[in-house]
Amino acid sequence: MNDDTIALRAEGLYKVFGRHADEAVIALHRGTPRDRLGSGTTAAVIDASFDVRRGEIFVVMGLSGSGKSTLIRMLNGLHNATAGTVEIGGEHITGIPAKRLREIRRARISMVFQHFALLPHRTVLDNVAYGLEIQGVAKAEREAKARKVTRIVGLAGWEERLPSQLSGGMQQRVGLARALAADTDVLLMDEAFSALDPLIRREMQDQLLELQAELGKTIVFITHDLNEAMYLGDRIAVMRDGRIVQIGAPEDILTNPADDYVEQFVQDVDRTKVLTAESVMRKPRAVVHVGAGPRAALTLMRDEQLAGAYVVTKDRSIVGWVRDRDVFELVRRGDKDLASVIRSDHGAVATDTALAELFIPSLEAALPLGVLDTRDRLVGVIPRVTLLAALGGEPEAAVQAAPRPDPLPTEVVDRVLEAAVGTGAAGAKEAL
Amino acid sequence: MDVRIPVGSWIESGIDWIGDNLTWLLDLLGTVWTSLYDAVEWVVITPPAIAVIVVLAALALVARGWKFALGTALGLAFIIGVDQWDNAMSTLALVLVAAGLALVVGIPLGIWAARDTRVSATVKPLMDFLQTMPAFVYLIPAIAFFGIGVAPAMFATILFAIAPAVRLTELGIRGVDREVVEAGQAFGATPGRILRQIQLPLALPSIMAGVNQVIMLSLSMVVIAGMVGAGGLGGDVTKSLSALDTALGFEAGLSVVILAIILDRFTGAFGQKRGLHLVTRLRSAAASRASSPAAETEKVPA
Ligand SMILES: Nc1ncnc2c1ncn2[C@@H]1O[C@H](COP(=O)(O)OP(=O)(O)OP(=O)(O)O)[C@@H](O)[C@H]1O
Ligand SMILES: [Mg+2]
Repeated sequence: MNDDTIALRAEGLYKVFGRHADEAVIALHRGTPRDRLGSGTTAAVIDASFDVRRGEIFVVMGLSGSGKSTLIRMLNGLHNATAGTVEIGGEHITGIPAKRLREIRRARISMVFQHFALLPHRTVLDNVAYGLEIQGVAKAEREAKARKVTRIVGLAGWEERLPSQLSGGMQQRVGLARALAADTDVLLMDEAFSALDPLIRREMQDQLLELQAELGKTIVFITHDLNEAMYLGDRIAVMRDGRIVQIGAPEDILTNPADDYVEQFVQDVDRTKVLTAESVMRKPRAVVHVGAGPRAALTLMRDEQLAGAYVVTKDRSIVGWVRDRDVFELVRRGDKDLASVIRSDHGAVATDTALAELFIPSLEAALPLGVLDTRDRLVGVIPRVTLLAALGGEPEAAVQAAPRPDPLPTEVVDRVLEAAVGTGAAGAKEAL
Repeated sequence: MDVRIPVGSWIESGIDWIGDNLTWLLDLLGTVWTSLYDAVEWVVITPPAIAVIVVLAALALVARGWKFALGTALGLAFIIGVDQWDNAMSTLALVLVAAGLALVVGIPLGIWAARDTRVSATVKPLMDFLQTMPAFVYLIPAIAFFGIGVAPAMFATILFAIAPAVRLTELGIRGVDREVVEAGQAFGATPGRILRQIQLPLALPSIMAGVNQVIMLSLSMVVIAGMVGAGGLGGDVTKSLSALDTALGFEAGLSVVILAIILDRFTGAFGQKRGLHLVTRLRSAAASRASSPAAETEKVPA
């Protein structure tokens, strides 16, 4: 991978608190379990390596005490790493002089804290301007900039208040504004929304995503809330007892948990919001080409036991769908063109539609719900059973589950086909 | 029992050694302290009493409001009434100088201790020792070093009163929310800047509580220091003790009480988070004036 695309890189990071830290790292490296290090020695982070790409929201998730805060505090040097390296924008921040570290913090990386950590004796505006003040920006300029950012986070009119006069959600907006105003590439957020109540929290999450889309910051976001992780994360690292046990896209983590721990962890997640149409769709069993005649279409539907089929062009772009009964009529009348019975209300959805948004279309669609890629090509279908199976937390079952077709009885179809060609059918199939 | 630990004689010889070998330092300290005291005493004793009362009452008004101002004026008038004014002003000067010196040394020491656990570990037992040692005991080396007068009183008072300055400064700084300090670090502030802009302002209530205690301890000590010839109210208390003069003793004693209350309320006012009474009121008035138009139109504050 090109190094320009990496905003932040951690390699072999260890943090051991207490006595004999260096020996503990060697022992851990040799495979000594974490709980056998002896009392007074806590390995908070063990051998953590990952890259965070520019513009990515990288979520670190894990239970309380799994080492998330320790990890994020090593990324800006608030904790010295016991071993391993951290690079920000290609520059090492581990083992450098304090002065250089301060310069990097000013220019490259800022932080939003769980409990806001605002300066209680300063106004909202002065808090937002704090990072700029330390960067040495002149007063007028930094206040203008702080005012702008304060407005962006929706706090216009509150500039002269003290933090204690604000609600929790507003205080965290100040925290966010302070980090944004500093205008660094990388933003660290340690359980930044955990102290907020659920409604405000969702609002802040949306706002963060909006800002992210606009400003394209690189964000390392810590949370112990899986739904939050799934909602925000481009990629998620799951931590357990100091180790990163899995790194992957939200869907990966959900559908292919690396171990029992991750699997248990993801049990409670609201799958319908995370999984997308793409992750549960199956191959379309039968599609009819626009150019194919009614006979070919009807034969296909009979063979596949389908009550209808999607109609596509040569490059699989969707045209619409046909019902077996309509095609049956065409064949009986000896019509040679499908076009008259193609319906355009196929109701197909895009690949990245969340499961939660598939229910209504799925109920409305006569056929298994079609899934289209960005170029309107039919890439899959989702039968209702598949959708239900996916909700049960078993993507495997979802993929295997068979649809329940309600096609025309085979012998009826056979009779018509026979009559149309005047030859005997290969053999009558049993009707369902 | 034959075994006896001769701690006393060790300390005695140590003190003797200091007296013999560090004469220049003791002389220097004695001179500095005495001249500081003389200067402050001159300021409070030269003007007519009524002028001093007016000034102090005005300060009291600024600090806490008119009730305190009235109380201050009445209390000081009482001191004039029992003919202890000059003594009270001498004592006030001694307290201010001794407490001031204790703070000048104690607060930085407290800051240092807050930033370095080793310093803290050294300073803590030392402060325990200084504060719990019976106050009279300090008078003995004080006389050995400085003879009779203001300097030995100052020496004993500083030693006795310094502990809360160190301790409450350290406590206050250590008590500052760790995340807020980390916020300073995370944005790249230097340690000095974090101290000035975050730690000291947030530790201020605790530090001011320390200032208050230092002044109170100084006041209790300067009375004892009357025994080494420092004069002031302490001098009269000592005199009444040897002459069994109940009337004089209580008049001087009550004057000490009044001074104590006034000093306590003054420093208490500084210790409160909201700051000085009048200043706060002015500030909130200004804030409400500034914010009401700002709500209608976006306006850069003056
Ligand atoms: N300064 C410290 N000294 C000693 N041990 C520490 C220190 N900080 C953290 N630890 C230990 O390191 C481990 C990881 O702590 P950390 O705070 O990183 O967890 P976390 O994942 O952030 O948990 P939470 O969700 O509760 O914030 C814990 O066992 C904790 O006790
Ligand atoms: Mg944490």
